[in-house]
Amino acid sequence: MLRWLPENVSTYGPDIDRLFYVIYYVTGATFLVVQITLLVFLVLYRHQDGRRATYTHGNTSLEIAWTIAPAILLVILAFVSRKTWADIKQHIPPSDMVIQVTAKQFNWEVAYPGPDGKFDTDDDVVMDNDVHVPVNKTIRVLLKSRDVIHSFFIPSARFKQDAVPGHSIPTWFKITRTGKYEIPCAELCGFGHSGMRGWLYVQTPEEYEAWARENKVGPLLTAPALGN
Amino acid sequence: MSEAITHAEARHVAVHHEVGFIRHYIFSTDHKMIGKQFLTLGLLGLMMGGLLALLVRWELAWPANGPTGGPVPGFGWVSMDNPLLPGGNITPAGYNAFFTMHATIMIFFAVMPILVGCFGNFLIPLMIGARDMAFPVLNMLSFWVGASSAVLMFGSFFVEGGPAAAGWTSYAPLSAVPVYTGVTWGQHLWCMSLIVLGISSLMGSINYITTIINMRAPGMTWFRLPLVIWSLFVTAILLLLSLPVLTSALGMLLFDRMAGTHFFAPDGGGEPLLWQHLFWFFGHPEVYILILPAMGVASDVLSVFARKPIFGYHAMAFSMIGIAFLSWIVWGHHMFQSGMSPALGTSFMLSTMVIAVPSAIKTFNWLGTLWGGNIRFTTPMLNAIAFVSMFVIGGLSGIFMASTPVDIYIHDTYFIVAHIHYVVFGGSIFGAFAAIYFWFPKMFGRLMNETLGKIHFAFTFIGFNWTFFPMHILGVGGHMRRIYDPTQYDFLKAFQPMNTFITYGALILGAGQLILIVNFFWSMFAGKVAGKNPWQANTLEWEAPSPPPHGNFPGPLPTVYRGPYEYSSPLVAEDYLPQARRLEPQTAAAAAH
Repeated sequence: MLRWLPENVSTYGPDIDRLFYVIYYVTGATFLVVQITLLVFLVLYRHQDGRRATYTHGNTSLEIAWTIAPAILLVILAFVSRKTWADIKQHIPPSDMVIQVTAKQFNWEVAYPGPDGKFDTDDDVVMDNDVHVPVNKTIRVLLKSRDVIHSFFIPSARFKQDAVPGHSIPTWFKITRTGKYEIPCAELCGFGHSGMRGWLYVQTPEEYEAWARENKVGPLLTAPALGN
Repeated sequence: MSEAITHAEARHVAVHHEVGFIRHYIFSTDHKMIGKQFLTLGLLGLMMGGLLALLVRWELAWPANGPTGGPVPGFGWVSMDNPLLPGGNITPAGYNAFFTMHATIMIFFAVMPILVGCFGNFLIPLMIGARDMAFPVLNMLSFWVGASSAVLMFGSFFVEGGPAAAGWTSYAPLSAVPVYTGVTWGQHLWCMSLIVLGISSLMGSINYITTIINMRAPGMTWFRLPLVIWSLFVTAILLLLSLPVLTSALGMLLFDRMAGTHFFAPDGGGEPLLWQHLFWFFGHPEVYILILPAMGVASDVLSVFARKPIFGYHAMAFSMIGIAFLSWIVWGHHMFQSGMSPALGTSFMLSTMVIAVPSAIKTFNWLGTLWGGNIRFTTPMLNAIAFVSMFVIGGLSGIFMASTPVDIYIHDTYFIVAHIHYVVFGGSIFGAFAAIYFWFPKMFGRLMNETLGKIHFAFTFIGFNWTFFPMHILGVGGHMRRIYDPTQYDFLKAFQPMNTFITYGALILGAGQLILIVNFFWSMFAGKVAGKNPWQANTLEWEAPSPPPHGNFPGPLPTVYRGPYEYSSPLVAEDYLPQARRLEPQTAAAAAH
């Protein structure tokens, strides 16, 4: 079933996919064991004339066993998930480039600093729905919204974060392969929700340089690590 | 104690008199009639919600603005030039309204009225051995207040701008500022309807709790209660504590919309995430309100038809209490990607993982109940077995989204849609069907037709899995939920045949429900006469005539001598031993040797 996952292109995607696979195998095995047991019991213990059901109210040691086993397994799953989560959402690494994405009904407004290398000045370069970034660079995205809640989703990068009006949420990704990837909005945002999407263009450093020059985008803005 | 009962008996006999049509069928204070009224409301809701689901599926299979799109057959003349569905063509605004109302109706006006309203009312007095609820007039009010809330909700289809279209979760600010959706009165009415419904369920839950605590028959100790009563008791507590939170949130939302406050809109200092915290603080207990009664029903039905005591009765009762407690501290798992502090996400992940444990205990105990049984495959039993099997899938798929990193990817995709339907349809609705087939003879005095019942089950089981299992795959592919036209996205183009395939399954699932409607009404008048105890079951409702008269038990109230699940007991020759049957002391002594 997991072969339907779109091919991953981000640095942390493999960690997410690995957890996805681990849970898939753990739950898949549980699924098979439970459903097969159920089927076997249904066949084995179907009604037969003259037979009487076993009179029992339970088995304490068995019940303790099947309480503790899933509890341990689930807590382990929580602990192995914890680190990947912290790496993606809690500890934001020092970044090679900062952009701002402001969601609005029904576009992604993407802002780059202009030649002065600062945001919120007159020379900011703003374009709808097109995100251009160089490959293999840590990109910091400050996510905002102008009206309702939207969700910035890059399936190929395993990236998703809601954009909430009144908040500026720092997020990051690093893409390892050049290409053009879709950015749909994943949170219902009104009648134009369906079809609200942008494109992420991941370019070689030379291609990116050329694009930046052509569009008067300033030099890459770096940022220190965030979070603890 | 016995004196008090005698006194109550005398008073009951004194006030018993024939009531007219209106008091009997409309403003009835009899818990059984109120139960049937809730059932009627719930089945109407189920049909409405189902039709809306089919409209949603139609749009996803053949998007109206695509090459295969066109009017939904048969809907052109219904909708005329209504902007949601002009000439039968679904518009994006119409689509948002349909899935919003589908979920709202299914949750609040189908599953809750059937499982909590109908079976809570019908079963509690009968199964604990009481003549009626503690507060019969409050009970009547609870239904009629609930019915008024349904009128507000269904009525919202007819106001200008159409019904609410911000999703059943109504995330602010989309829901808080009319201009963002273009819906004005539809969303107002949505809030008002659910506030009114909150009053109804408050009255119902107080009644359930009081009745179960105070009015159990002599000998009916807490651990002799059937598990379905335990489940309804726990559900009533969850309702009592969670619905007021929703009511306050809805009040704030309504003030934001109509009175210019800014609880949720940031331009006046409001906080959008506040809505989500309040909503899910209600919303997660709500999920367990929908599933707990079905767990109780499945436990009772499995034990009856496996002809075996329930495996691990105490663990079953305590795991429901455990679920109820934990359900208050997991709401944040709906908000991992919302902008809530990621550190908080970690703690909610842990509590969410832990809440899977009581569900696992229950599943293993259901398997233990079947082990060594003498299983009779009646229609209620088939539905109860399907409940266990489908609930396992819904429970396991929940572990994926409990893991915060995996949730980054599958949040807001069809994986969630698949999960919620395996829990609420695969769980709650199969549980509701089991309950309807099982207690129909007690309600109406006649059995439902078994052959039609099994055909209905086959259609439902196949149609259900056909519809919802492939949605897991859509979710793995990244297919977002709540989108009007998947063909607008390049990365989803490959999934369009699967969307069409799913819609065929949904149509079969929908068509199969017509069999239930036919069986229901046909059996009410022409079904086999049931007699007192057609399933040879132990619990007290089967001591009463079918249907039970006003006051439930002719003569004195039954006395309870044992737990509810004494099937295949060595004490007696037959394979069931009713709770109210007194064994002669020598029989009991002989068996003890």
